[in-house]
Amino acid sequence: MTDFTSLTIAEARDGLANKSFTSLELTDAHLKAIEDARALNAFVLETPDKARDMAREADGKIGKGEGGPLAGIPLGIKDLFATKGVRTTACSKILDDFVPTYESTVTSQLWRDGAVMLGKLNNDEFAMGSSNETSCFGPVANPWRREGSNTNLVPGGSSGGSASAVAALLCMGATATDTGGSIRQPAAFTATVGIKPTYGRCSRWGIVAFASSLDQAGPIGRTVRDSAILLRSMAGYDPKDTTSVDTPVPDYEAAIGKSVKGMKIGIPKEYRLDGMPTEIEKLWSEGAAWLKAAGAELVEVSLPYTKYALPAYYIVAPAEASSNLARYDGVRYGLRVPGRSIGEMYEGTRAAGFGAEVRRRVMIGTYVLSAGYYDAYYLRAQKVRTLIKKDFEDCFAKGVNAILTPATPSAAFGVGEKGGADPIEMYLNDIFTVTVNMAGLPGIAVPAGKDAQGLPLALQLIGKPFDEDTLFSLGEVIEQAAGRFTPARWW
Amino acid sequence: MTATSGKLLKGATGDWEVVIGMEVHAQVTSKSKLFSGASTAFGGEPNSHVSLVDAAMPGMLPVINEECVKQAVRTGLGLNAKINLRSVFDRKNYFYPDLPQGYQISQHKSPVVGEGEVTVELDGGKTATIGIERLHLEQDAGKLVHDQSPTMSFVDLNRSGVALMEIVSKPDVRDAEQAKAYVTKLRSILRYLGTCDGDMEKGNLRADVNVSVRKVGGPLGTRCEIKNMNSINFIGQAIEYEARRQIEIIEDGGAIEQETRLFDPNKGETRSMRSKEEAHDYRYFPDPDLLPLEFSQSFVDELKAGLPELPDQKRARFVADLGLSPYDASVLVAERESADFYETVLGKLGSAKRDGKVAANWVINELFGRLNKEGKDIATSPVSAAQLAAIVDLIGEGTISGKIAKDLFEIVWQDGGDPKRLVEERGMKQVTDVSAIEKVVDDIVAANPDKVEQAKAKPAAIQWFVGQVMKSTGGKADPKAVNALLKSKLGV
Repeated sequence: MTDFTSLTIAEARDGLANKSFTSLELTDAHLKAIEDARALNAFVLETPDKARDMAREADGKIGKGEGGPLAGIPLGIKDLFATKGVRTTACSKILDDFVPTYESTVTSQLWRDGAVMLGKLNNDEFAMGSSNETSCFGPVANPWRREGSNTNLVPGGSSGGSASAVAALLCMGATATDTGGSIRQPAAFTATVGIKPTYGRCSRWGIVAFASSLDQAGPIGRTVRDSAILLRSMAGYDPKDTTSVDTPVPDYEAAIGKSVKGMKIGIPKEYRLDGMPTEIEKLWSEGAAWLKAAGAELVEVSLPYTKYALPAYYIVAPAEASSNLARYDGVRYGLRVPGRSIGEMYEGTRAAGFGAEVRRRVMIGTYVLSAGYYDAYYLRAQKVRTLIKKDFEDCFAKGVNAILTPATPSAAFGVGEKGGADPIEMYLNDIFTVTVNMAGLPGIAVPAGKDAQGLPLALQLIGKPFDEDTLFSLGEVIEQAAGRFTPARWW
Repeated sequence: MTATSGKLLKGATGDWEVVIGMEVHAQVTSKSKLFSGASTAFGGEPNSHVSLVDAAMPGMLPVINEECVKQAVRTGLGLNAKINLRSVFDRKNYFYPDLPQGYQISQHKSPVVGEGEVTVELDGGKTATIGIERLHLEQDAGKLVHDQSPTMSFVDLNRSGVALMEIVSKPDVRDAEQAKAYVTKLRSILRYLGTCDGDMEKGNLRADVNVSVRKVGGPLGTRCEIKNMNSINFIGQAIEYEARRQIEIIEDGGAIEQETRLFDPNKGETRSMRSKEEAHDYRYFPDPDLLPLEFSQSFVDELKAGLPELPDQKRARFVADLGLSPYDASVLVAERESADFYETVLGKLGSAKRDGKVAANWVINELFGRLNKEGKDIATSPVSAAQLAAIVDLIGEGTISGKIAKDLFEIVWQDGGDPKRLVEERGMKQVTDVSAIEKVVDDIVAANPDKVEQAKAKPAAIQWFVGQVMKSTGGKADPKAVNALLKSKLGV
């Protein structure tokens, strides 16, 4: 039965269509795998009954030839997506046992296309974190370990549960969200493929908000093709989200295998950081060489404002978060710590409900928006953001089709290893990814190799607005050249 | 633009000028809320008009209601204001249980409507022009209910997210009379436009009043803001009290502290609500869930073309076309319902040109006077526009005299009925038959030789004869014919 879990979505889709097996069989195999992998703490809620019901329904439809593009495919859902009748917490105590009466647009499109929900996946609290250690459900373990070591590593974050579950073959794909790297960094840490599409490509309706102008949903899959299949169902205009963009969703899968000959690939010189590990540098050159071998042209490009991206991000994102999280006040839903006055109730509820990292960001955000600091911090960060965007626009205007960078400055690190004393140490994880969110561009992380300790490393491709197709084409070239990476099972 | 000087207040140290600026919150007339599809109907069961967005459930997003934007633009046009083709929604952040999101979506730096002006009518036919600083759209909050439990308060979110227009005046208002006239005029314009029902009792129109005092021509004083006034009379009282309070403090050597105050209508006083130190830092920033609000000039032009006639235009037309006095015209146009009623009367008259002015007198003096006396309003008037028009027609045609018309009005008011038929049935027609009147005149002249002598000596005494003739004809004799006959018979 375990064979089922190692199938890709594309393979399972064919098997289901050929009636080689049923969605119920496929789903049961994954439910069993989830049960056996509880040590990873990837799922915060398993929904086996719902999964089997959805699988049966999918089987019925497949039998009648009415199955959608994802008919019968079992997926995991990041706990940031509201799922109707299924507890949704954003992995924060403050939402307590909140059960939405509504379904997020992205997940409703997955169900529309026939996908099966296995359960809700762990993430950093309110998606604030790069290691999945801030979740109120505890950290997630990366299925990858250093060679010869029993130390648990983080899967990255905030979509750590999604990345871990996909890498450990607990689900065929997962939804994720990315505000500063939360899809791409965990994908990189777990040898999975994660794409953050263009801002506005997926509806944010029904996704617990972190930073509205940066948040974007996307898939984590085991292959580039699987990510393309998933994104096609997740993407689309939604009148309920006025920041979503009304442009048709292409058949992303059709981009797989398309020639990249003659494409111009930018290599940004500013991404060569001082003290960058040589294996990252080596990986980057290797990736460039693969693309060149496939017929692409490499050009050095300059993104001079990159160095301001991280500090600007850590003003804009907390500012929006401090406001977005104001609604968690104990009045209408979620946790309430009673008090003798409304002030006491607010303070008690928010102190008990928010973890340390969320509290820190709410305080940073409140500070940078305060009278007297707004111009110096928030307004300035927004100006920097405009300049970062312009960097990319200039680059694309010169005919560059996509930009190649490392996805992360290092491989996965140990649980509790980073950010204990200095949160900036943790924030630096997103150094290659935040610029993409600041510019609203699509970015994909594709596994490309391993470090000396046998841990996966990935490359990032950054594309033009709404040009996810090119990223899939290029991503597949890297995937073909680098091969696929599967962790040895220890759990 | 310079402000029209107002009533100065006498203090121990000389005359003081009051400087007033007003922020009027007007609930937009729309079926659904500013950013959600929930109903705006008044008086529903608590929390029965609440969408997921209004309750700020996790992951919910606002979507602008285009009708509310149109209403704001219409209002801006009605205030002769600049319409901004691009404006931005900001978040005003503060915690309160009636504010589910923890922020109010408002327009801080870039409002949808910019500068404009309103001309207001003052006593004695004077006018003043009050500058409009801006108009912006924002969400209303919910309501706390404190009387349901001894230990808890409840929240009703029916109003949460309803669209408000905040209309900010320039500090051009100089006394309580101008302030009251300004709110009255603003309310009238909004009601003409149909962009706000102006119902102050329901809180659909309320004002924050900023008051400061200064010596005439001196630098501006520190202002205090009186919040949430929902009666035009209270606005007047609050300003009078607040200005006096400030003058007393300054003249006693004190200084005014900038603060927010509330008016207590029972005591007729304002009292401190919170000081500047307690003022919120609202941490305004552009709402990242919403794109800037952008529309084209043609969108504005289309709305402009569809605007109804506004009170100032209507008044001018009544004066020019119907010969109404500016005062009568002002009274008629002050309320849209009155103007509508009057125009309905005009429409039903045999000759509006001939009798428009008479009709105006009847609407203002007889009808409004009576309605006022009986505490009724135009909507519940026992006399309809058609009935009033019929009465005016009967006067204009000479069928009845003005005096008889008053009796007829009384009958219609009490019992209803078609005035024309009533006149027939009850024999109220004016007697215009000269021979019939002549006989009465002859009889009275013959019976009163002493009075005849008096009248010959002093022609004004002729009025006694007129009275006698009218008395004996039951008021139905045509007064013109009576006068003419008497003059010739008496040779005066």
